[in-house]
Amino acid sequence: METVMPILVGGLVAAGLYLMLRRNALAIFVGLVILSHGVNLAIFTAGGLRGEPPIRDEPHAESLVVADPLAQAMILTSIVIGLGVQSFALILVYSLVRSADTYDLDLVRETEPGQPAGAGRPGG
Amino acid sequence: MSGSDALVSTALTLPVVIPLLTAIAVLFAGERRLAQTAVSLVGAVANLAGAVWILALVMEHGIIVSQLGEWPAPFGISWAADRLSAVMLLLAAIVGGTGAMFSIAALEGREKLERFLPLLQLMIAGMGGFFVTADVFNFYVWFELILVASFGLMVLGGRRQELEGAIKYFALNILGSMLLLTTIAILYAMAGTLNFADLSRRLEGLERPHLVTAVGAIALIAMGIKSAAFPLFFWLPASYHAPSIAVTAIFGGVLTKVGIYGLVRLLTIVFPQGDGYLRQVILIAGGLTMVSGVLGAVAQRDLRRLLSFHIVSQIGYMLIAIGFDTTAGLRAAVLFILHIVVTKTALFFVSGVVERASGSFDLEAVGGLYSRRPAIAFLFIVPALSLAGIPPFSGFVGKLAVIQAGIGAEQYALVTTAVIVGLLTLYSMAKVWTLAFWSPERAIREVRASPTNAPRRVPALLWGPALLLVAGSVLIGFLAGPISSFASLTAEQLLDRAGYSEIFFPDALEEAGATP
Repeated sequence: METVMPILVGGLVAAGLYLMLRRNALAIFVGLVILSHGVNLAIFTAGGLRGEPPIRDEPHAESLVVADPLAQAMILTSIVIGLGVQSFALILVYSLVRSADTYDLDLVRETEPGQPAGAGRPGG
Repeated sequence: MSGSDALVSTALTLPVVIPLLTAIAVLFAGERRLAQTAVSLVGAVANLAGAVWILALVMEHGIIVSQLGEWPAPFGISWAADRLSAVMLLLAAIVGGTGAMFSIAALEGREKLERFLPLLQLMIAGMGGFFVTADVFNFYVWFELILVASFGLMVLGGRRQELEGAIKYFALNILGSMLLLTTIAILYAMAGTLNFADLSRRLEGLERPHLVTAVGAIALIAMGIKSAAFPLFFWLPASYHAPSIAVTAIFGGVLTKVGIYGLVRLLTIVFPQGDGYLRQVILIAGGLTMVSGVLGAVAQRDLRRLLSFHIVSQIGYMLIAIGFDTTAGLRAAVLFILHIVVTKTALFFVSGVVERASGSFDLEAVGGLYSRRPAIAFLFIVPALSLAGIPPFSGFVGKLAVIQAGIGAEQYALVTTAVIVGLLTLYSMAKVWTLAFWSPERAIREVRASPTNAPRRVPALLWGPALLLVAGSVLIGFLAGPISSFASLTAEQLLDRAGYSEIFFPDALEEAGATP
């Protein structure tokens, strides 16, 4: 596990960042989702990767190694926050695409000065 | 100072509880304008009173701590307020309160007030939690609450321009949050704790100082994105002018300074050691932030865009003050934050007043406002001169402190840069003054097709908050003596890490606590 997790986290973060660098608005959203999975797994790894479940029915033996519950509490929190943020992102992308009529963010530059609405759009 | 004092615990929860209650109450006010105003006003006054109470407690007792649920320090979540937290709480209460009043008059049309006010209160609650938390994961959670509320505020109107600004703001800031979360994961893996004071102790005992510097660098990028530092600032001028002026004023006044607060907190407590590498990066980034911000501002014609670039430029002053890594530098940073939050919010409020009175944010379209509305010209010129650092206003106090600290730290190149940027700021403000206020009236006729509304009457709720903050800016200038001695004490308190740890761990018994 110790060798697999860093590679997995690195791969997810790299894929997420690559997608977030694209011009496609939807790709940015998917990139965000993958990136946050990578970061959540990094927290998971930070808690150590061994141990018994911390909540148990029977009283546990003296020598028992228990997994760190704090790291799991942190991931749970960040997954919940991530869900909220990602649903906002999805609606934001959807509204933008609907109002700008394109997925390409390079063509959406109404906030730049000297660029009248839709100036960069091919064919007018 | 007993940590479990019930009074202290009550005081520390107020900055979160009051805005949350106000958010609920304002929902019940529905669309009734009078009820909304009354609830917001009561909430603002209560929040301000809470912040003043915390400030008084901190000035009397030093750092105050509350352990949530009575769990002892490294295990439970700690809330603590020192002088810096108290100042930031006060500033957030002032901007939040005046901002709520301003928005009641400023919002019209598609931005529904009954949606705006609860979100604003949630953002203030997030700031309250962010400024009092003493736990890195909590730090992230509160920041996320501020961000989510700010996303909501930014897209409130639903216009294409707002959506477009929002996606730039959103993408960069979420990336910053992810980096902050990564920092926390690595810190937890290294030290096995989340409490600021405990982290500080345990990181010091680690064998690998370079690893700490590397994590510090990730945190620096995260906070750099949030405070709009060079080269990560471009989301700010691309998005801040898009929403309603009420939203822009509150964001511009206080949101980026939240990032600066986070940077100060992390650098003074969690990453104070290291080989000075981070400080070098901050100094260089700060210098470039000042220059690129002011050069961007000089080129602008839209009042909101111009002021947005000035936000970036002023962030540079705070960054170099932090980067000097001296007591004088931190003192300057505190003075500058005090000055800039009040002055910047005042300037944005005034630009809202200008828009209402002239019908446009375009400098040339505004043209000749001085002859028509001299009172508005006066409201503008005071914070404008303050921003440029002209005595006796607050900006002079802040800039002088930064420059003194720079000379003390022998950073002459940065001091020269700061002075030149100050001159360019003055030039930019003079340009606004000449075009918007002093130019002859006929300029209106010559403007190219920019969206212009008809000039209208300016209601008291619009100019009132502006006047209040302008007065505040002048007051900071005249009370420079007591305020700067307060700032000196704040800086000393920030650098006294042993004192900070002692508040959480009064005796060394916790040394026996489990190390993962």
